[in-house]
Amino acid sequence: MTTASIPLPRPASAIGRVPTWPLPLAVIVFAYAGIPLFASDYLYDAILAPFLALSLAAVGLNILTGYAGQVSLGSAAFMAVGAYAAYNFNLRVEGLPLLASIVFAGLIASAVGVVFGLPSLRLKGFYLAVSTLAAQFFVQWTLTKFSWFSNYNPSGVIDAPALNVFGYVFEGPHGRYLFSLSVVVALTVFAARLVKTQTGRNFIAVRDNETAARISGVPVLHTKLLAFAISSFIIGVAGVLWAFAYLRTVEPHGFNLDRSFQILFIIIIGGLATIRGAFFGAALIVVLPLVLSRAGTFLFGSYFDSGVLDMSQRILVGALIIVFLIAEPDGLAALGNRIARRLRLKSPTN
Amino acid sequence: MGLVSTNVAEWGGAKSAARARQILTLRGVTLSFGGVTAISDIDLDVAEGEIRAIIGPNGAGKSSLINVISGVYRPDRGTIAIGDTVFADVPGSRVARLGIARTYQNLALFKGLTVLENVETGRAATVSSTFIEQVIGIGRARREEADTRARSEAVIDALHLTSVRDRLVGTLPYGVQKRVELARALVSEPRLLLLDEPMAGMTAGEKQEMAGFVLAARDRFNASIVLIEHDIGVVMGLSDRIAVLDYGRKIADGTPDAVRADQRVIDAYLGVAHDDDIIEESNA
Ligand SMILES: Nc1ncnc2c1ncn2[C@@H]1O[C@H](COP(=O)(O)OP(=O)(O)OP(=O)(O)O)[C@@H](O)[C@H]1O
Ligand SMILES: [Mg+2]
Repeated sequence: MTTASIPLPRPASAIGRVPTWPLPLAVIVFAYAGIPLFASDYLYDAILAPFLALSLAAVGLNILTGYAGQVSLGSAAFMAVGAYAAYNFNLRVEGLPLLASIVFAGLIASAVGVVFGLPSLRLKGFYLAVSTLAAQFFVQWTLTKFSWFSNYNPSGVIDAPALNVFGYVFEGPHGRYLFSLSVVVALTVFAARLVKTQTGRNFIAVRDNETAARISGVPVLHTKLLAFAISSFIIGVAGVLWAFAYLRTVEPHGFNLDRSFQILFIIIIGGLATIRGAFFGAALIVVLPLVLSRAGTFLFGSYFDSGVLDMSQRILVGALIIVFLIAEPDGLAALGNRIARRLRLKSPTN
Repeated sequence: MGLVSTNVAEWGGAKSAARARQILTLRGVTLSFGGVTAISDIDLDVAEGEIRAIIGPNGAGKSSLINVISGVYRPDRGTIAIGDTVFADVPGSRVARLGIARTYQNLALFKGLTVLENVETGRAATVSSTFIEQVIGIGRARREEADTRARSEAVIDALHLTSVRDRLVGTLPYGVQKRVELARALVSEPRLLLLDEPMAGMTAGEKQEMAGFVLAARDRFNASIVLIEHDIGVVMGLSDRIAVLDYGRKIADGTPDAVRADQRVIDAYLGVAHDDDIIEESNA
């Protein structure tokens, strides 16, 4: 038998073969050591805090939707479950360390995620998305209806506890930033490893061809529920960061359907099934209104009030989604890759 | 569950399959879709170490038969015995563990994965470590990952896919994707391999190469093979026995020479034109 196979070009996208860890490592080092050199309180509290929480939520949703292909509109619900669970563990279990409260909160979010993930065993795509809406409304209703969850606080708005880790309290904008950053780094490293394991390959296999996955021996039902569990854990912890490190209050209204859509938009704009896309998308979503408000005030003066800002922001995000879905379905992450490849091709060494 | 590793010496060479153990036994298998009877009252035996071809005109029910054997469709009637285990319908989620692997007439690869990752997924059924062990990379998770990697690379090598190992499968030519599917099936070390038109849409050179791989699947990987193929030259050259389907019924079954001489086969199939050489679009 001849061994002459069809001549195939060497991989054009050498990008896949370049070691992938140095860049993320550099970003992490910069986040810890570089940003504090110049960051103002405003940058920490108004930009980085929501950015980190939303990035983490998007990493979580990306595991479920981007990798495992199960569409969910319930992200904000799982954030709320995480935030309220952590608050109540912290409040009601004497002497439980904060980190343990957060882990338990993630596990509760996980369990709720699995329950609302059960329809995924029968439903797909649009129908599944609609069924995850149930999570959104049910959780919000439960948290407002039963004031036990907010410790019978009449306003339903409660102060978050201090960020105390083994006696050290992460205080002030910089302290809270370091706390959020560390949680986000830990879970992102976990997620980045996960998607490269057999479990991660199973997610993609189920997404790309469920029948072939099943016949190849991928445990499809288990894999789907695992995706819901892991995704909801991460989103739950993101909810804790949102409430404890960003808003510093726990309230149900911030975790509404708008938030769920926002996180979905982040992964669409950033890039489905990429880890870094979650960060690109979150950066864009957080920074966009600020840039828009500056630009609007500069151009139109006082005529550009918050109502107009809100409206123009919605229009712009909507337009961006459409543009990305049509022109760059793989999101900012793919756009970045393409630019990197262009640059590499232009450089004389390659 | 461990796979039965067949010993070539047991059946004493490729062609004397007659006395070998039975690996697949279909009795009275019938399947219909609404009013359309796809397969009707089919008996089929596959002996260990055999290359068993199924031929017939378009719509004869060949793919349906493979789908029933691999648990994709459930038959209306009949039984399917895999080794000694008899099923009324084969559970799709267990076929990999039963030692069955397959390829698809229209590619069913995982487009978001590279060639290597697609092949590695063919060993999903052997993984018993949890995701936490896998993420940390300890103990059995590490052993399983290393084992999966080594076996996948060996199969990739054997099927001459090394140069495209890290490419996303969707970016590859159709014929190469067909080979990746075979690799994904072979890596599970199946005792029964079901190939649904592995050479469809290929150039003559590619067909020749694929035919070599089909033989290798039996002789080196010890798989018994059910082969659906329209190219009658390929079929005659490769197979030990051929079953001929027409309108869902088996109209002939025997050695290539016997089938070639059968008047009903000539009337139903060999005499008429069929679309085996239409190049199919890859399902990009
Ligand atoms: N999922 C399905 N739903 C409805 N009808 C089906 C389905 N699958 C197959 N059929 C019908 O069953 C019959 C047999 O189809 P099958 O695909 O098994 O034929 P085949 O021998 O593989 O043909 P080909 O050579 O074209 O691949 C056809 O009439 C087909 O239309
Ligand atoms: Mg067919």
